[in-house]
Amino acid sequence: MEKKVLYLEDIREGDEAPPVVVANITRTHIVRYAGASGDFNPIHHDELYAIRGGNDRVFAMGMMTAGFLSHMITDWVGDGKLRKYRVRFARQVWPGDTITCKGKITRKYTEGGKNFMEAEVFAENQRGEKVITGSIVAEVLSKSAA
Amino acid sequence: MPIQDLIGQEFPPFDLPVERGKIREFANAIGDDNPIYSDPAHAAKSAFGGILAPPTFVATKSFWRQGESVFELAGFDSHFRLHGEEEYEYFKPILAGDLLTCKSKITQAYERVGQRGGRMTFIVSEFTFYNQKGEKVLISRTTSIQTEGAVKP
Repeated sequence: MEKKVLYLEDIREGDEAPPVVVANITRTHIVRYAGASGDFNPIHHDELYAIRGGNDRVFAMGMMTAGFLSHMITDWVGDGKLRKYRVRFARQVWPGDTITCKGKITRKYTEGGKNFMEAEVFAENQRGEKVITGSIVAEVLSKSAA
Repeated sequence: MPIQDLIGQEFPPFDLPVERGKIREFANAIGDDNPIYSDPAHAAKSAFGGILAPPTFVATKSFWRQGESVFELAGFDSHFRLHGEEEYEYFKPILAGDLLTCKSKITQAYERVGQRGGRMTFIVSEFTFYNQKGEKVLISRTTSIQTEGAVKP
C-alpha cells in the first residue's frame, strides 16, 4: 500500500483532498476512542450523566473526530509531512452521525529552501453541518530536489 | 481567584513512553489502517525506520500526566466543559520506543459572554514534548471552555 507523493509542481490552490468518510458513528466508536486516548469524561459514555448535563444523549469526543480528520490529512499529504494542525470544535458528533472529512489547498509557498502547502480542513455531518473546522501546514517535496 | 491568575501556572512534568501497542490501538480507534502505525516490517523500510505515532497521538498523555488537571485547577464542572480548540506544531517524528518528556503550563485564561452558553471561561494549556535525545518533537495547545449550562447543538 504505497502512498502517492504530493509534489509542489503538481498541486495548486483549490485542489481538494480525497475525502474520508466514517459512516454511522456508534457508541462503540466512542468507547474505543475513550480506551485508546484515556478520555473518560462520562459525558461521552454514560448516557444518564450526559442527560443530567442537559444533553439528549452521549456525544463523541472532539478529539475522536480530529483523529478521523488526521487520517484524511496523512493519506493526502503523506506520513510525517504535517508541520501544523489546528482544529476548532464547532458542533457535537452524535451516535448515528456520518462524518465526512475534507480538505482544500489554500496556498503553496517556499521558505528556507523547503516547500509547504497550507490547506483548510474540515469534518461535516450528514446534514452538511461542519463539526470541525481547521487548517494545516504540510511540507511537500519538489521534483527538482527529488 | 480571578481566572487570569492561572496564567503561567505550570503542571508537573511527566514522561510519556511511546508504546507500539498503544499506537496500534490509537490508530484503530481513529479508523486509520495505515501500516506505518501497525506493521513493523513495513515501518522498518520507511524513511522513519520504525512505527510512527499518528498526528494526535499525544492525546494519550491523559494516562501519564500527574497532579491536578486544568479542569481541577480552574474548578470546571465536567458536565459543562467543552474542548474548544486543539493545535499542534510538529518538529520531529515520534516513533514507537521513544520516551517523551512533557512540560506544560497555562498560557491564556479569560472570560467571555458567549452566544449560546452564557458566560464562558477559556483556558489555553500548552504542552511541549521532548524525546529521549532532548529534541523538541511537538507542541500541543488545548483550549478548554467552561459554559454556564449545556450548549445546545
